[in-house]
Amino acid sequence: MTRFLLPLSIFIVVVVFLGIGLKLNPREIPSPLVGKAAPDFSQPQLFEPAKVFSPADMKGKVWLLNFWASWCSGCKTEHPVLMDLAKSGEVPIYGMDYKDQRDEAMTWLSRWGNPYPVVGVDDAGRVGINYGVYGVPETYVIDKQGVIQYKQIGPLDSETVEKKIIPLVKQLEAQ
Amino acid sequence: MIPEIGHFALILALCVAVVQGILPIYGAAVGNSSLMAVAKPAARGQFLLVATAFGCLAYAFAEKDFSVLYVAATSNSQLPLHYRLAAIWGAHEGSLLLWTFILTLWMFAVTLFSAHLPESTRSRILGVMGLVSIGFLLFMLTVSNPFERLIPAAAEGRDLNPLLQDPGMVIHPPMLYMGYVGFSVAFAFAIAALLGGNLDAAWARWSRPWTTVAWCFLTVGIAMGSGWAYYELGWGGWWFWDPVENASFMPWLAGTALVHSLAVTDKRGGFKVWTVLLAIMAFSLSLLGTFLVRSGVLTSVHAFATDPKRGMFILAFLAIVIGGSLALYAWRAPRVGLGGSFVAMSREGMLLANNVLLVAAMGSVLLGTLYPLFLDALDLGKISVGPPYFDTVFVPLMAPAIFLMGIGPLAQWKKASLPDLAKRLKWAFGVSVVTAIALPIVMGNWTPLLSLGILLAIWIVTTSVVSLRERLTHVAGNSFFERLASVPRSYWGMLVAHCGIAVFIVGVTMVKGFETEKDVRMNVGETATIGDYLFRFDGAQDVVGPNYTAARGSFAVSRDGRETTVLYPEKRRYTAQNQVMTEAAIDPGLLRDLYVSLGEPLDNGAWSVRLYHKPFIDWIWGGCFIMALGGVLAISDRRYRIAWRRQEPAVAEPTRAARRKVA
Amino acid sequence: MNIQWIALIVVLFLSGPVWAGEARPLADDPASEARLKHLAVELRCLVCQNQTLADSNAPLAEDLRREVREMIAKNMSDQEIIEFLTARYGDFVLYRPPLKATTTLLWVGPFLLVIVGATALIITLRRRASKVVDVPVTEDEHRRVEQLLTEGGKRP
Repeated sequence: MTRFLLPLSIFIVVVVFLGIGLKLNPREIPSPLVGKAAPDFSQPQLFEPAKVFSPADMKGKVWLLNFWASWCSGCKTEHPVLMDLAKSGEVPIYGMDYKDQRDEAMTWLSRWGNPYPVVGVDDAGRVGINYGVYGVPETYVIDKQGVIQYKQIGPLDSETVEKKIIPLVKQLEAQ
Repeated sequence: MIPEIGHFALILALCVAVVQGILPIYGAAVGNSSLMAVAKPAARGQFLLVATAFGCLAYAFAEKDFSVLYVAATSNSQLPLHYRLAAIWGAHEGSLLLWTFILTLWMFAVTLFSAHLPESTRSRILGVMGLVSIGFLLFMLTVSNPFERLIPAAAEGRDLNPLLQDPGMVIHPPMLYMGYVGFSVAFAFAIAALLGGNLDAAWARWSRPWTTVAWCFLTVGIAMGSGWAYYELGWGGWWFWDPVENASFMPWLAGTALVHSLAVTDKRGGFKVWTVLLAIMAFSLSLLGTFLVRSGVLTSVHAFATDPKRGMFILAFLAIVIGGSLALYAWRAPRVGLGGSFVAMSREGMLLANNVLLVAAMGSVLLGTLYPLFLDALDLGKISVGPPYFDTVFVPLMAPAIFLMGIGPLAQWKKASLPDLAKRLKWAFGVSVVTAIALPIVMGNWTPLLSLGILLAIWIVTTSVVSLRERLTHVAGNSFFERLASVPRSYWGMLVAHCGIAVFIVGVTMVKGFETEKDVRMNVGETATIGDYLFRFDGAQDVVGPNYTAARGSFAVSRDGRETTVLYPEKRRYTAQNQVMTEAAIDPGLLRDLYVSLGEPLDNGAWSVRLYHKPFIDWIWGGCFIMALGGVLAISDRRYRIAWRRQEPAVAEPTRAARRKVA
Repeated sequence: MNIQWIALIVVLFLSGPVWAGEARPLADDPASEARLKHLAVELRCLVCQNQTLADSNAPLAEDLRREVREMIAKNMSDQEIIEFLTARYGDFVLYRPPLKATTTLLWVGPFLLVIVGATALIITLRRRASKVVDVPVTEDEHRRVEQLLTEGGKRP
């Protein structure tokens, strides 16, 4: 008798998984870099190309690294959230202008506002590859020791900022 | 007005489906003939109603009625009429209507060709199909209405995805759906038999032609999809083990197993329980395919735009239909009889061993397709399962299956002798092995896989020859042709289908072993050599199509100084969505395809160009068509034709009923 | 005519539309391009729906191909290149999932299915052989049915 129930049992297991699958996003790929040291780079700055921007400068601080581009529509979506977060002074957001035209990036920031103290330029997308970026915007939370603690794939929204980013930053600050 | 008629027809169809799903099954259970009699007119009525809805949607597309949301989303005023009509199934809602339409078409076919079935069986079959249809109609009417209005109407449609603007789109989805949905008939037969408790050999005999027809459609449908991907995607590949492709391949594997297992049940009356399970499986996998394509749980090149609400609906529908059938199976199957005896070393045994391999192959495709989902759901990380996995797993599973395919037709029913088989097959085996070793060496590229492919293909052909020769010595008739003519068509069908597999294997093996490709930058007038062919690039010109602009390259192809053909690959830009498409140019041939696709324009009129020489690639699809042809031959066999033609009274005479039991 | 003019003519002669010239390969180094292709067909383009790195035209895929090309030029082994990619993107980039605790079932499953299926078939056949006593469909009956059906078919 039990062997006749086998197909039904297998099917039930599959259906449960398919049900869970409906709530998952197959396109979101968790980063293996979380918990590892943020890859080093040294890129020219957007507004002052003679100067370089490097994570080494940020040692001892908790900060966000936000990959964005003027051509990216998700970046426009999350931009007001970044502006609010920058205004609140909770955590500094550093930008990385990913595969973009310098003048267009500057126009974009002057038009919509600039939440970043410093913006690095990653015109060849190399830094992006080292950080495992596969679609902008992506945002990394990096702690005082320079370790990546969290990665946001896709636009940040105010809920994520309030419920995840700010508590995490506070916790990291306290360490 | 017309779209509302279509919408209303769907609502009426749903009402009819409810009646059709309940009354005849109840009538069959209590033996009420007037309730059972509802099935036939209800099925025909439902067919007419859904056909009306389908016609209304087609009319909306033909008339460019952009006040219908679906029409505005998937077509455009510049889109040619045949693509506007194909756009009916260009996205989720319309393709669902096509599904339902084909389901009712199969129902209609059942009403036409079921005069010889006992009334209770026929009522149950149509009732089960009606129940399936309820799900689809409800789905359309609740969350995927193709007739939803767009107010105010759009001035212009958003156009059909340029990838779909291809003759393949006109014919591939209907063929594929005919296959998917066709398995619903075998499924309904199985459920009806479980409900009625009369799972006899007659049931297998009735199911066989229906299953074979559906299998033929599915085979052709998949082959056309593969061919379409080959020339449309511009990468020269023909199978990508994409989840959606797998979703069509799984029912095919289950269906192939079913076709063979039905043979055992028909012949020996045995393994009914297993055959019923396969019938349920084949259709369940078709349903699973629609879920995978429409729910967004897996990423695929071919998936429809997705919506979790829809995913939830189909999942619930799947759970009810498949879960219900499997529960019924678990309840009823233990009481089914065993059937006639045979030993493991017999044709039955081999057919079943082949079944095990086919189902294991199907299980592997399912495992590989869903495994990323399993891991993700358990939060164990994200992985990708792609062609390297399937290739690695599939070859060792299919090789023994194909080896058995050669022996099976030669083995006696009930009990075969191994030494006898070995004696009869030694020539076939010798020829296969020698060819498999020698041929690749002669062609100058020996790899184990190449040898294996040739071995299997030659094995199928040589064993078929042995089988045919033995068969001819046993049949009546004086002259050779007389004897040829007296071999039953079902036997020819099997032989042809098996040889189709051989042709397919030759194609796959030769392409894998000997294809060459070149990425070159070509200035105007420059040449490139690939295979024995010389390609001269004569520049690219701008051309204007009905809804696109394109750069069209011109390549003069010659061999030994003689011009073979001129190829015109295009790089198209579709205006409505501003999307760029690579339209490869192919010179097909029996022994090789020449394939050119344009990359990017470089300076001075030069282009980056990709050239392929693909030996025997058309054999891949040719093999599939030959398989389907085998199926067609099999169902044209005398015994099925007779079964269909005979118009019996609804309540069979006792003698005939008795005769049917043994058939 | 100065030296620049001569140089220009030479350049035009060498690079211009030369009749019946053999086209140059797109890649500077066809050997390493072949290696790239060999690697890229087993790697997944991250931003695409479901395409290999070799087939995709997405900007990220182009960048990653460039990275892989550079690594090939640096004479890195396939293993090192794959490690480079998985360190950044995880196992998701590999179309051939590595054998790990979590993927054991995936790799063993198919063969397990065959073994279980074959065992079940043999056991069933054995048990069946001992149980089956009556033979509902005999060859004789089959012949009779075929005969009856043929006659039925010939009736108008």
